[in-house]
Amino acid sequence: MATVIMPKMGDAMEEGTLLKWLKNPGDEIAVGDPIAEIETDKVTLELESDEAGFLTNTLVEEGAVVPIGTPVATIGAESEVGQGAPAAAEAPTAEAPAQEEAPAAEAAPVQEEPAPVAATAPAAESATGAPQVANRQPGERLRASPLVKRLAAEHGIDLSVVAGSGPGGRIIKNDINDFITGAKPIPQAAAQEAPATPAANGQQPAAAPSAATPKGNLVELSRIRRTTGARMSESKRDIPHYYVTSEVDLTAGLEFRKQINAALESEGVKVSVNDLIVKAAGLALREHPAVNSSFVNDQLYEHDNIDINIAISLQGGLIAPFVPGADGKSLGSIARITKDLGERARNGGLTPDEYQGGTFTISNLGMFDVDEFIAVINPPQAAILAVGSARQTPVVRDGEIVIGNIMKLTVSADHRVLDGAAVAGFLQSVRKYLENPMLLAVS
Amino acid sequence: MPVKTYRDALRSAMAEEMERDESVVLLGEDIGIYGGTHLVTNGLIDQFGSRRVIDTPIAENGFTGAAIGMAMAGLKPIVEMMTWNFSFQAVDQIIQNAAKLHYFSGGQVHVPLVIRGPNGGGVQLSAQHTHSLEGFYGHFPGLKVVSPATPEDVKGMMLAAIRDPDPVIFLEAGALYGTKGEVPDGDYTVEFGKARIAREGNDVSLVSYGRQVNLLLRVADKLAEDNIEAEVIDLRSIRPFDAETLVSSVRKTHRAVVVQEQWRWFSVASEVAAILQEQAFDDLDAPVERVSGAEVPAPYARNLEIAAFPSEQQIIDAVRRVLYR
Repeated sequence: MATVIMPKMGDAMEEGTLLKWLKNPGDEIAVGDPIAEIETDKVTLELESDEAGFLTNTLVEEGAVVPIGTPVATIGAESEVGQGAPAAAEAPTAEAPAQEEAPAAEAAPVQEEPAPVAATAPAAESATGAPQVANRQPGERLRASPLVKRLAAEHGIDLSVVAGSGPGGRIIKNDINDFITGAKPIPQAAAQEAPATPAANGQQPAAAPSAATPKGNLVELSRIRRTTGARMSESKRDIPHYYVTSEVDLTAGLEFRKQINAALESEGVKVSVNDLIVKAAGLALREHPAVNSSFVNDQLYEHDNIDINIAISLQGGLIAPFVPGADGKSLGSIARITKDLGERARNGGLTPDEYQGGTFTISNLGMFDVDEFIAVINPPQAAILAVGSARQTPVVRDGEIVIGNIMKLTVSADHRVLDGAAVAGFLQSVRKYLENPMLLAVS
Repeated sequence: MPVKTYRDALRSAMAEEMERDESVVLLGEDIGIYGGTHLVTNGLIDQFGSRRVIDTPIAENGFTGAAIGMAMAGLKPIVEMMTWNFSFQAVDQIIQNAAKLHYFSGGQVHVPLVIRGPNGGGVQLSAQHTHSLEGFYGHFPGLKVVSPATPEDVKGMMLAAIRDPDPVIFLEAGALYGTKGEVPDGDYTVEFGKARIAREGNDVSLVSYGRQVNLLLRVADKLAEDNIEAEVIDLRSIRPFDAETLVSSVRKTHRAVVVQEQWRWFSVASEVAAILQEQAFDDLDAPVERVSGAEVPAPYARNLEIAAFPSEQQIIDAVRRVLYR
C-alpha cells in the first residue's frame, strides 16, 4: 500500500486542511486523479494521486487540519480496501517523498498539534453555561456569531481559545457569558502557557501562580503581542536552543558602506549596517545550507531559497517580514526592500505572504547600544542571528593596538537540527564577508 | 373597555366613519342585502342605504376600477374583496392605476381607496382560494399594506386606512373575524408603520402579523414553561415597515424567528431577515429563522392543509435552533 501525504505547497505552508474527499475508499484511482480538495493558508487545490490502484483508506476526516507530511490516505490493491492503515514503517514503497524517515508513531493522522491550551473539557457540552476551552487546530477557521465577535472585541476576549458549542463549532453567546459577567477569568492564548515570571519582580520564582490579582494597570494584549507570545513560548518550550557568539570587526564594512552610500546618494538609497549583515548572512547561508532549514513535525527541510526575515519592533509586538532571495540581491536592492518593509510594517501595509515564511531570521539591536544579546528562534526555522552594536574597541592587528569597530554576533540554533560546529562555520563565513566587504559587492 | 369581535370592531370602524364622513362608501359582492359573505357589513345597508352600500356585479376588475375613479373624484370608497384571491381579477387596476396615479399626476391626484377582505387560508378553501398576498402587494411602491391582528387594531387601523390619502391594502383573515378583544369606544387610529410588542421577553423575538400573531402568543406561552421568554412582535403593517421596533427587539434578544403563512421565497419573512442582517448584524447570535407555508399550492384535505401551514411545533423547533438548545 502506498501512502498519500499532505504535500508542502509553498514555503510558508506548515499545515493544510483536508477540505473534502473527492474519492471514497473502494474507488479506483488512476495516476493524476484528484482524490481530495485541500486548502493551504492561501489557496484551495486538488490533491492528485501519484499512484494507480484503489483508495484503500482515508486517514483524516474532512475539515481536519494536518501538518505537511501527514499521511492522509492509502492507495493499494482492491483486496486491501478498508484494511487498517499501514504503519508508516512499511510505507516506503516508492513514492511518499517526505515519508521515508517517519517513525511509526507518525502513522496515525496527527490530530494534536500543540493546541494553544490544554483541552481539559470536551467542547461539545453545550448549554451548561460553563465556558469551555478550545481544542481548535491551528489554522482552523474560527466560527463565531456576529454578536459574539462584537462582545469579544468589547471585552477583550481572545476567541481563539474559546470552544464553540454551536453548529460546526460556532461560538455562541452562551459560550462566553461567564467571561463577560466575570464569573470566569477571560482566557488569554499566551498567558496560559507563559512560564512563571522569573524572580525579576520580586515574586517567588516558579511558585504556584497565586490567584491574587497583581497590582498595576491591566494592559490589554494586542493580537500581534499574543501571537508573538504564543510563538515564542512554543519556541522556547520545544526547541533545544544553544548559542554561539563571535566578534566581527566592522571597520572595513563601515568604510565600505560610506563609499557605496556616497555612490548611491543620487538614487536616494541608503544602505544600513543591517543591510550589509543581511547580505553577508545570505551569502554565508549559501555556504552552510544546513543553517538555512526548517524543522517541522520531526522532519527537517533544507531550503533552496534564502529568504531572510528581519525582526521589526512595533508598538504592539514583533513582526518579521522577509527579504526574498537575499543572497542573490544587490545591496542597493536589499536596502530598498528593507526600507519598504519597515515602513509598511509600521503603517500596517504588510500582506501575510510577506511575513509568513522566510528561512532565517536576523534580529538587530545594534541601534540601541547593546553589547550583545541572544534571540529566541523564530519557528520552524533552525536558527536566528542576534546582532549587537558596533563599538570602538582597541584590537591587536599585526602586533599593534589599533581602534577596531567590534560587533558581537550571536546565533541561537536548534540542536535537533544543527550542531555547534555547523553554526561556528556559518559565523565564520558571515565574518569573512563583513570583514572583506568587497565580497558583498561581487558575490 | 367593551369586548367585541374582530368582525364587529371592523364594522363599527366603517359605520362610525360613515356617520362622520359622507364621502365614505362601500362597494362589493353581496355586501348589502346579504350582509357580506363574512357578515362584516351586516346591517350597514339598512343604516346607510344602497347609495352608500353598493352591491356590485361579480366583476372585481370593474368595481375596483370604478372605486378608483370615485376616489380620484373625492369619495373615500372601501372595496370588499370577498376573499383576496379574487383580487387577481382586479390586479391591473390596483397596481397600474391605484398605486401609480399619484405619481403619474405629479402629486396632483390622490386615490384614497381602501380594499379590504380576508387574506390567507386555513379554512379548507383549497388552492385557488388560499393565498397570502402580503408579500405580493407589499412589493409595489404606491400601496400601503396592513394586516391587523386584534379587534382593537382592526378598528384603529381601518379608521387610519379610510383617512389615508393613498390606496391601502387591508388584509384581514377568516379565522380572525370571530376572535374577541377589548375595543375602545369612539374615534382612535393606529398609525401605520408602528409595530406592536404583543408580549415582552428577552430570549428570542418572534415576528409576524395578522392571524399568526395569535399562534405566536400560544407558542410563547409554551416556551415560557421551559423558561424561554419570547418577545412577540406584531408588525401590523408590511408597508410602511417599522424596522426600528424590530431591530431594537433583536438588539435585546439577539435571536429572531419570523413566521408567516405565505410561501417562503421573496416573502415578508425574507425581508425581515434581510433587514435584521443589515441593521442588527452585530447583535445576532444565530441566523434568523423563517417558518413559512409549505412550497405547494394549498391543499384541500384538512390534514394536509394543517401540515402546509406553520405549526406550534415548527416554531418551537426554530426557537430551539436559534437558542442552540
